[in-house]
Amino acid sequence: MSKQEKYKESARQIRKLMTSAFIIFMIAAIVLVYLLINPNLSAFSAYKTDQDYVSVPEISDEDYDKIENGIHVRTGFVEGEGLMLVVNNCTNCHSAKLVTQNRMSKERWTATIRWMQETQNLWDLGDNEEPIVKYLATYYAPTQKGRRQNLSNIEWYELKD
Amino acid sequence: MQRRNFISKTMLASITAAIGADIVFGKTLPDSYHLLGLQDPDPFALFNKDSQMVLLNDKPWNMEAQAHLLDDKITSNNYLFIRNNGNIPENIHVASWTLKFDGESVRQEKTYTLAELKSRFQQHTYQLTLECGGNGRSEFDPPAKGNQWTIGAVGCAKWTGVRLKDVLEDVGLRSDAVYIGYHAADTHLSGDPTKEPISRGLPMAKAVQDETLIAFQMNGAAIPLAHGYPLRLIAGGWPASASGKWLTGISVRNKVHDGSKMTGTAYRVPCNPVAPGEKVKDEDMCIIESMPVKSLITYPKTGAMLKSGISLKIRGHAWAGELEVSKMEYSIDFGGTWHSCSLEKPVNRLAWQHFNATINFPKKGYYEVWARATDSQNIAQPMLLPGWNPKGYLNNACHRIAVKVT
Repeated sequence: MSKQEKYKESARQIRKLMTSAFIIFMIAAIVLVYLLINPNLSAFSAYKTDQDYVSVPEISDEDYDKIENGIHVRTGFVEGEGLMLVVNNCTNCHSAKLVTQNRMSKERWTATIRWMQETQNLWDLGDNEEPIVKYLATYYAPTQKGRRQNLSNIEWYELKD
Repeated sequence: MQRRNFISKTMLASITAAIGADIVFGKTLPDSYHLLGLQDPDPFALFNKDSQMVLLNDKPWNMEAQAHLLDDKITSNNYLFIRNNGNIPENIHVASWTLKFDGESVRQEKTYTLAELKSRFQQHTYQLTLECGGNGRSEFDPPAKGNQWTIGAVGCAKWTGVRLKDVLEDVGLRSDAVYIGYHAADTHLSGDPTKEPISRGLPMAKAVQDETLIAFQMNGAAIPLAHGYPLRLIAGGWPASASGKWLTGISVRNKVHDGSKMTGTAYRVPCNPVAPGEKVKDEDMCIIESMPVKSLITYPKTGAMLKSGISLKIRGHAWAGELEVSKMEYSIDFGGTWHSCSLEKPVNRLAWQHFNATINFPKKGYYEVWARATDSQNIAQPMLLPGWNPKGYLNNACHRIAVKVT
């Protein structure tokens, strides 16, 4: 065996050693990280039925703006032209519930937007303002209530004394 | 299910690893409690509220009671409405919490720690009625903008603290003091740190009443987070927005306080009556002070059906802002005839009063029981909506419940 071949052989051995050391290190790292996340290895244990936790369907990206029965599920807004403009401009600071609770005319929705721009840091809506106001004034328009309404949605029950 | 369980079980360990610190008392966190920011919390569990409470808004948090939930003489936390203008403060450090007095009309600025407030001044406990100025807003026509409260933004808890007037005396005021304005630790919804979500106040005459407290306890325990922990100004009988939560400062002003929600149309009504829907200029709007006379039937819950010939016992509470309720009546014929209820005196000034009556129905059918309180100045609740105002405040129209006799 020439000196050169001897040298090559030992270089191969060192590389082999280094590679296996690296692989062992990586496996150890993966195991340790897994143990950190799941210390009692419950993911390997048998399926249990005495769960305290209720399963909640995970929201995938395509479901994020899902519409069910004419309602935008994530916000509760009614489906209609301009919906996503309203979602994207009107739910950053406050909940959609603050919008859907209210009923206003075109003029008063516009005045509300002005008030938010003047005092609450709402940005300039630009070309989006018109479709936003149109959506709001169409789907969240006032209805006549008069001076006092009938009692409604009464849940009748037998009164036990 | 498996994945959910996996996540839940290891949540604490993971968070601990992620933030590099133990979550103190993490092991004793109740199952129903979710750490803020990790996921959408269940607001009823988060704030220890009864699940029959009605959530109006989740950003900011606003929640109201239903009439039958308010049956207790002293309102407990689980039935007390939540009204917020901004975000509830995070990272509250009680040990370093201070209350600073400043403004044009203090002799010198002065700051107190919580411990100093508790030890240096005499403590007082009062049961005080707090009602949102917009309670009942949902009934106005044309509709008024804002959270659409029905009847449940009212409660009467027991508050313990020191008198604002005692502390003001210790601070030392100039003779030109007109108003106090509060400052608090809540943050603006837009995230703008220079904006206060709400900074309202009281004229000096209200500020120095015996019952106006800087409170640190509600119903004998630390004030719940949603109600102003650890320190809250309490001004019973006035719009609850005057009772600033998470209190950090009080400015004594030589003019009417001009903080956020003191100006424009906020917590103001037209100085002179207007027609429904009429536009009102800002300068023609006046600040709401004492709340009007009002009452609630808290038993039975609306929708009761009872057998013919059986009498119905009703009960509830009545309050009248700065005044006392002097008379309580009910009607089962839409105001054709009124019958008196027995009415208790308040336990202290500005606490709601309890009433009850026994009703006999003349025949089978659908009835509404209407309740009407009259204050010590002989002003009664209207059966119809009171004067319309742009922001839908002060609806004190009679409360009613539906009853069927079968």
